[in-house]
Amino acid sequence: MSGERSRTIKVETLARVEGEGALYVKLKGGQVQDVQLKIYEPPRFFEAFLRGRHFSELPDLVARICGICPVAYQMSAVHAIEGALGIPIDPGVRLLRRLFYCGEWIESHALHVYMLHAPDFLGYPDAMAMARDHRSAVERGLRLKKAGNRIVVFLGGREIHPVSACVGGFYKVPSRRALLELADDLNWALDASLATARWIAGFEFPEFEQDYEFVSLSHPEEYPFNEGRVVSSRGLDIDVSEYEGSFAEQQVPYSNALHSTIQGRGCYMVGPLARFNLNFDRLPEVARQAAHDCGLQAPCRNPFRSIAARAVEMVFACHEALRVIREYEPPPAPRAEAAIRAATGQAATEAPRGLLYHRYALGPDGLITSAKIVPPTSQNQSRIEEDLRHFVSGIASRPVEEITWKCEQAIRNYDPCISCATHFLRLHLEGG
Amino acid sequence: MALRIIGCGNADRGDDAAGLLVVRRLRALGLEAIEQTGEGVALMESWSGCADVVLVDATAPAGSPGRIRIWNAHAETLPKDALPRSTHGFGVREAVELARSMNCLPRSLWIYGIEARQFSFSAPCSEEVERAVSSVAETLRKLVRKSLQPPPGRIATR
Repeated sequence: MSGERSRTIKVETLARVEGEGALYVKLKGGQVQDVQLKIYEPPRFFEAFLRGRHFSELPDLVARICGICPVAYQMSAVHAIEGALGIPIDPGVRLLRRLFYCGEWIESHALHVYMLHAPDFLGYPDAMAMARDHRSAVERGLRLKKAGNRIVVFLGGREIHPVSACVGGFYKVPSRRALLELADDLNWALDASLATARWIAGFEFPEFEQDYEFVSLSHPEEYPFNEGRVVSSRGLDIDVSEYEGSFAEQQVPYSNALHSTIQGRGCYMVGPLARFNLNFDRLPEVARQAAHDCGLQAPCRNPFRSIAARAVEMVFACHEALRVIREYEPPPAPRAEAAIRAATGQAATEAPRGLLYHRYALGPDGLITSAKIVPPTSQNQSRIEEDLRHFVSGIASRPVEEITWKCEQAIRNYDPCISCATHFLRLHLEGG
Repeated sequence: MALRIIGCGNADRGDDAAGLLVVRRLRALGLEAIEQTGEGVALMESWSGCADVVLVDATAPAGSPGRIRIWNAHAETLPKDALPRSTHGFGVREAVELARSMNCLPRSLWIYGIEARQFSFSAPCSEEVERAVSSVAETLRKLVRKSLQPPPGRIATR
């Protein structure tokens, strides 16, 4: 109607580096007309240029997709190839891979909780401003991240784009004694993660819930890292090899990233909150207690509480890393091998931000003939838009600065790889 | 500890390699310098315990590729949009400003910025940036030599 006030919120530039995008929200008469999370980062064509490369190059190539979760890309890739070629994994290698993942979760979650998301809840524009009043908390976050980095460096040779993982295992594995050197750091990190959960318990969370379909891996005995079936809160329960029969990727005209949906049902959520809700009973007691301490109960449908789920997962990752260090026995050989043949393999693992699916087809010479990679941020995109659509409706009467701030916070609930940019949004208000 | 020189960047992103190239020039001369990706937390760790630090990084293209800018972290706040951001936006600028907020900046911290022309994947450095790399490396070589001089009144033993 002509008398209704129309407002358009445009966030035009999300910074470069790991993700480039923008946010567009159109309001009319207090109602949300349209929401678009535009990811205009140029496509990097990984799936295309992997074709023709030998599978042994894969772990080092896909690690380059992400600077903060290269371990996840390496793990999904090696598991897919190992599945294709029927390569058995030694229990010692399996434990080391869990430890590798623990390191990545700790560093990624610590960065997001302390540097990117906590300032939203405490009313600061960024971590630098927050550090003036919360120095000890920030120091704890930095040291936690360092503890995670140390594991990745220990196993992977360097903290970003590690180089040790290979199909069948690792190029080199540590001795049991060497691994024990990480224990002091991790004992401290476990206490610090518990302190993180208690710190978050004091935050105020917006009252906002949605009827999500949560999706994650599920393993009968473990909180998932590398293995499990793909399950959802609405009854999906499939082998990873059936993933593409249940999930679809769609192109939208305003984004260079594909949107994933569950066929016939629509958008869904992956990530810490989904994992927590679907695997709560497989968390160790210390992590369940941490959840209780920060007021997080499964099922939790408030996405703003994902910061608490990350804190609980840090507790889990530290506890799990210590378990691995206690139980580790070096494998007889760093890696297993198998005859090369034409084959196809799929795998999904749990990146810090959620389920990461890979599929590769190999020719008889071991060269990759096709590749498919579905990252967690792509899977969450539609869900983020849906959250914004409902969330903005409830705050549409507020000043545009406040709406923008809240939208950014809501986007950061998902820790997308474009979250770097959401701290530097430029906003224009049109209409009136 | 003597002057610590840290070069930041990504060797696979065109002129973003500028800081790394400066470090490699110095190392080729037998001088100590370290490479960093520019990830903020690692950066703070790498200068921890050092009194005097020089950071070298590429700055965002602004029409004058190869231009060298020098900031004294104790005298000014780093500009928001000049330095490239690292993973999740926690890079050089954020590390410096976070350290400032926490009162843990090194005693002296100078940032040498080399303005980039491009950050293209797998591209070589632009000519202007190559020249600036040489210039900054030479400046730092002299600075290191000076920092290795014994204080006045002391006799050098080697």
